[in-house]
Amino acid sequence: MSKLILERLKAQFGADVLEVSSFRGDDVALVKPARWVDVARFVHDDPRCACTYFVDLSAVDLCDPRFQDLDMDDRFEVYVIAYSVEHKHRVRIKTRVSGDEPRLASVIPVWSGANWMEREVFDMYGVHFEGHPDQRRILTYDEFKGHPLRKDYPANRAQPLVEYREGTFNKLGPFLQDEGMPLNRSAAPDERN
Amino acid sequence: MEPVDLDFEEADLELPSEPMTLLMGPSHPAMHGTIRMILKLDGETVQDVDIQPGYLHRAFEKMSERGTWSQVFPYTDRLNYVSPLLNNVGYALAVEKLLGVEVPRKGQLFRVILGEMSRISDHLTCNGAMAMELGAFTPFLWYLKAREWIWEACEEQTGARLTHSFFRIGGAAFPPTEKIQSQIRSILPRLLEVVTEGESLLLKNRIFLDRTQGVGILTKEHALSMGVSGPVLRSCGIDYDVRKDKPYLTYGECDFDVPVGEDGDTFDRFMVRAEEIRQSCRIIEQSLDLMKKIAPGSPEDAVSIVDPRIVLPPKEKVYTTIEGTIAHFKLIMEGIDVPPGEVYGYTEAGNGELGFLLVSRGGGNPWRVRVRGPCFFSLQAAHDMIRGGMLADIIPTFGSINMIGGECDR
Repeated sequence: MSKLILERLKAQFGADVLEVSSFRGDDVALVKPARWVDVARFVHDDPRCACTYFVDLSAVDLCDPRFQDLDMDDRFEVYVIAYSVEHKHRVRIKTRVSGDEPRLASVIPVWSGANWMEREVFDMYGVHFEGHPDQRRILTYDEFKGHPLRKDYPANRAQPLVEYREGTFNKLGPFLQDEGMPLNRSAAPDERN
Repeated sequence: MEPVDLDFEEADLELPSEPMTLLMGPSHPAMHGTIRMILKLDGETVQDVDIQPGYLHRAFEKMSERGTWSQVFPYTDRLNYVSPLLNNVGYALAVEKLLGVEVPRKGQLFRVILGEMSRISDHLTCNGAMAMELGAFTPFLWYLKAREWIWEACEEQTGARLTHSFFRIGGAAFPPTEKIQSQIRSILPRLLEVVTEGESLLLKNRIFLDRTQGVGILTKEHALSMGVSGPVLRSCGIDYDVRKDKPYLTYGECDFDVPVGEDGDTFDRFMVRAEEIRQSCRIIEQSLDLMKKIAPGSPEDAVSIVDPRIVLPPKEKVYTTIEGTIAHFKLIMEGIDVPPGEVYGYTEAGNGELGFLLVSRGGGNPWRVRVRGPCFFSLQAAHDMIRGGMLADIIPTFGSINMIGGECDR
């Protein structure tokens, strides 16, 4: 149905559209990072596409740290999904950026809603968006080190803002004789003393 | 009395003021304990606002990559925790899209019915809480009473009141119980009565109208480019509803309307939600009728598909046969072997389009689970609804976008 967008993209951008697919009905186009914003603008402005509704922008880490180099080319796949309320079709545009200092142009001028999503991709994957007006972390905090959704970030790493306390808490049970209730519910009242 | 002579220029009257910075939240009752706003105030007018989410970030996406595909279900319950069944349905459908399977008809109708029940509970909570934040406590209590009936029905079916984890990849955990259909049927008329009663208290109330009409306006174009969806988008006058525009399950067979607002203000958002409750009741009634028509014993008369690679064997077989034990063991320990691929599955959840971008590289674990939580997008658009308005208007505006921390921060 909406193969139309893919055909128009291929006609407009030629070899810059690296790959198109329609797996399970999802129309996907993989483009070169240099044309990222141009493709987005075309999909938004072209009257036959008219994808003015911004659906989603996020990324996937394609690197498997067990077998691949972390600085590999094409490590992060950033995608944006756009929908046309008018024509009722949607398209997913993807591009891949290098694992070594990943950078990509921002699509905020096309869809203003990309603002927080690009902040999230920066937060989670460390992809810098050039031209982003407010490139801060969004879900984690400023002091956070690393980018948690990268495959080389261990899932069990904790970064507490306040250091964990050493030693034991002196107010955990069993309490002293004259304070609190016994932890054992079945204890009879006369046994508490 | 003679009027005061206003001979001087009005500008002289204004006291020189510099903007004041006010930190609102996260421990503020109206911010749900999870959002912080840094407001720049000029008197009581909001000049600028910086909305900071993230206080409820629990690494949903990272945790999903660690377990099997089925182990994501309990996490989805905790996304939008006032309509957990809709999240279950959304995730199950996305994985089924990747697998290329479809559940039998009864299972589909069952998902529609329970999902719509969840949607009603979502909207009741949002509308009730919004009225309560404006000082109208009674509708809130009445709506919660109605929500209790829904939760009782969910408890009857799933065994849990809030975090059901009920649907499975390829179906549901259990077939409908004996009581559930009649229980749901008996709830619906009572529920509609409560909704109308609650509205009758609010819609003629001067305070409620003045504080919601014309407040927190979102324009059409802005809503589209911001990616706002669900009731918030429809209140702006755009009739985008995934259930209508790309029908999934059995929504295509149901006759229901998509309520649309005009002004995109807080009042319209309230009314769209109220009307959606009625439409959901219509969908449930029709789906229950359709469910009755299924011939007993036919292939349609099942909630789960029959595929030992995807669906767990029945417990009797697990305990009595070696094949059942091994199938159970493989599915639990290794997970469902989802073929490599990448899909974006989306459904209409309580707050709008709930999307799951799933990437599989084969094997039992997801490579990437991305959740498009609809209220993350609404919250982003709240910046423009709030800016330029009054400080006190933040409360109803923020209440009307139905920010659910679990879904927003993930």
